[in-house]
Amino acid sequence: MNVSLILIILLIGAFVTYFVGDKLASKVALFFSLAALGCSIVLLNHYNLGESISYISQWIIQPKISFVLNADGLGIAMLLLTTALTPIIIFSSFGNSYPNAKGFYALILFMAFAMVGTFLAADGLLYYIFWELSLIPIYFIALIWGNGDTEERRKAVVKFFIYTLAGSLFMLVAFVYLYTKAGSFLLTDLYELNLSATEQLWIFLAFFLAYAIKIPLIPFHTWQASVYQKAPTVGTMLLSGIMLKMGLYSIIRWQLPIAPLPAQEYMNVFIGLGIAGVIYGSIVALRQKDLKKLLAYSSLAHVGLIAAGTYTLTADGLSGSVLQMIAHGFVVVGLFLAAEIIFRRYETRAIAELGGIRYQSPKFTSMFLILVLASVALPSTFNFVGEFTVLYSLSQINIWFAVIGGTTIILGAYYMLKMFQHVMLGETNTKPFADVSISEGISLVAIIAVLFFFGLYPKPITDLISPSLDVILKVIHRN
Amino acid sequence: MNTLIAIIGLGVFCLLFEILNLRKAIIPVTIIGLLGVLAINYSEFGLTESYYNNMIAVSKYSTAFSSLFIVLTIFLVALSYNFYEDHQTKISDYIAIKIFLLAGAVAMVSFGNLAMFFLGIEVLSIALYVLAASDRTKIKSNEAGMKYFLMGSFASGIILFGICLIYGAMGSFDVIEISDLSQSAELPIWFPIGIVLLTVGMLFKVAAVPFHFWAPDVYEGSPALTTALMSTLAKVVAIATLYKLLTILNAELSESYVIVIVIVSMLSMTVGNIMALRQVNVKRMLAYSGISHAGFMLMTLLTLATSAGTLLYYTTAYALAGIAAFSVILYVCKNQDNEDITNFHGLGKTNPLLAAILTASLLSMAGIPIFAGFFAKLFLFNQAIQAGYIALVIVAVVNSIISVGYYFKLILAMYTKEPNEARTGRPFLIYAVAVVSILLNIIIGLFPSLILDLLN
Repeated sequence: MNVSLILIILLIGAFVTYFVGDKLASKVALFFSLAALGCSIVLLNHYNLGESISYISQWIIQPKISFVLNADGLGIAMLLLTTALTPIIIFSSFGNSYPNAKGFYALILFMAFAMVGTFLAADGLLYYIFWELSLIPIYFIALIWGNGDTEERRKAVVKFFIYTLAGSLFMLVAFVYLYTKAGSFLLTDLYELNLSATEQLWIFLAFFLAYAIKIPLIPFHTWQASVYQKAPTVGTMLLSGIMLKMGLYSIIRWQLPIAPLPAQEYMNVFIGLGIAGVIYGSIVALRQKDLKKLLAYSSLAHVGLIAAGTYTLTADGLSGSVLQMIAHGFVVVGLFLAAEIIFRRYETRAIAELGGIRYQSPKFTSMFLILVLASVALPSTFNFVGEFTVLYSLSQINIWFAVIGGTTIILGAYYMLKMFQHVMLGETNTKPFADVSISEGISLVAIIAVLFFFGLYPKPITDLISPSLDVILKVIHRN
Repeated sequence: MNTLIAIIGLGVFCLLFEILNLRKAIIPVTIIGLLGVLAINYSEFGLTESYYNNMIAVSKYSTAFSSLFIVLTIFLVALSYNFYEDHQTKISDYIAIKIFLLAGAVAMVSFGNLAMFFLGIEVLSIALYVLAASDRTKIKSNEAGMKYFLMGSFASGIILFGICLIYGAMGSFDVIEISDLSQSAELPIWFPIGIVLLTVGMLFKVAAVPFHFWAPDVYEGSPALTTALMSTLAKVVAIATLYKLLTILNAELSESYVIVIVIVSMLSMTVGNIMALRQVNVKRMLAYSGISHAGFMLMTLLTLATSAGTLLYYTTAYALAGIAAFSVILYVCKNQDNEDITNFHGLGKTNPLLAAILTASLLSMAGIPIFAGFFAKLFLFNQAIQAGYIALVIVAVVNSIISVGYYFKLILAMYTKEPNEARTGRPFLIYAVAVVSILLNIIIGLFPSLILDLLN
């Protein structure tokens, strides 16, 4: 039994979903995504028992490209993040009805397939292929099922596509260059390369372009807010919950170990870019009038901090970043779901038009409040563990980074609570607000349970990821 | 050799169909005949022989490319059925011309003598002139034929001049003798000039910048099926021939020649792509996209010794995607008087399968993974970086990004606009060609070694 099974389940699931027709599509998709989740938990057990669950086979002989899926702790953690969020995302969409649902759900599963592949691939080209493949489904999901004016949406989505493709093509050039040096795309071979400082700098920058656009870091973030707003909520969840983690994960897996010298030399620059994202995202979020846009900018602030954590090149920084990636993945999906729940009832996302929901639906209010507090890293939530570890690692580099980065918590608390106040509290809204449905409730509760469980007891995840992070750190600090 | 004879026999046979009044059977019989030719060609694969005083030299290179030409012709003949529905009386002429064109194409990659090469290029070109002007009643088609003829014969003249200069320098038309003599230290100045003239003439046929001006007008004016032929088969033939010419005539390219190729390649990509961004006519857009692809293919000329396999792979990927795209265009624009993007509005709703196929073929041309176009670009970049042309690769990458802009314009039109008319009819052959060619594209994308290892 190995991890290729999950890829097969998701791929077959995508095809089956497409062919069962519009009525059954959502249920079949949910079934396959749950199967993938179950399968990954079983694989986690195998892994914990010390069995190898990686998959290796030859694909193309000349040039040498192998089909290698390497499941170490880090890969499995990201795999679990994807397979756990996918059913939640699919389930949460049960409240909406989409035209041509079979295509919609098939694309979601296909995207999960591509993202799982990205997290597991240990051959540069295979990784690149999965990376690019994940772009196609989200493009169509945002384009066809998105909301708002068609013309504006088209512009936003095409901009997003061209932006990300541009970044990743430079990454492809870097990979091809590495191939001419190493004679293979295998991750392990690339780790052993001895590149000169100049070569490392160019390769580092090529990777950086791809990842900075995907994450997104300042100043490559301009596609983000409009796409988050225009995409259907499911698309936004996939983008913010999982897809941008591909960029953060790739920094740890590919960029830093292959080209560590520039990261050490210009550490302050890259940490500074991350921190700048924190400040910028928080300040812009303060001024937002649209709920989804506010969440988009808050997401920009949080991922900026995660990226800063990865560039510290310390054990705490890396493990804190990974923890925060997972925590942010869950909380942001929960927040977008809450925004969608409000939109389903009121058909608006303008914060000014909302208010007084608390009196009509206390259950929803308390769940939303927990998510808001988790997002601002209240102690005992998972986000606290991640954010605190990252801030600690930043303080080891330079105390001011931690101080400025810490404003994400303060500013975050300010704009998130202000938003909560405007949306949920205040005078009773005249429009009726139906209580959360079962599918919405289950999705929210599942997310909250994860956030609390790992907030109080993060050890399973740290135990899972730290051995593989140690290996990566050893490669980073090999000189 | 047997391949060439069989193709010409098939062409004559097609003409006889008209006399025997068997027009209805012509397409199936021709396809079966071409499959037979493919089998003959396959049996010759791996042989290296020359015939008739080295007039024709069969090699791995020539058989591999001939197979590609034959497969493309099969697709084009299959598409003819619906396209010439209203011209039943002339169908055997059109089919026969396509077969003769194939004979010219095969001669162009298997020549052993420059005279044979010139014969091949003329057979191919004259067939193309006729096909370009074949829609007699339309003024645009007449214009396309005339333009193509004038410019094409001019290019043929330049090629002929180049051949003459090479003969003057070397005293022979035979490529083996010429390449032996070209190793000597003292080369007459006429020889490099002749090579340059040959290259210029072939660059015209490939439609590389700055010899591209005919392409958009001719592509737009010609009947859609002829455009399909020009942008897939004719382009592939021309670049394969140019590659072969340079390989067997002078193995060592001089430095200034390399610089010229690099500049022409960069210019072709950039001009082609930037012009394509502004087009509203799909045929014209694909003409410019073809110009930029020609720029990519020219990159193989920089690493002549090693990149035959890459060229074969790139041309196969490009041509298969082109055939798939054009079969959808033929379907959509069947009863329209132009091929504007507006005709494609809402195809995603009215005809999801064809819309998906067109999307896939455009993604392949743009170089998005899993489609063969991605691997084609990857192998190309790999070769170029290994040879040290990093600047060229960067330009190529930037161009790949630009190209997404116009390929996606078409995809957006299919999926985000409302359909403006109902499309009826499910012509079997068009569907079959579209599905088979895109499947072949994906298969060679998943298993690139199938094609790549043929010539390595």
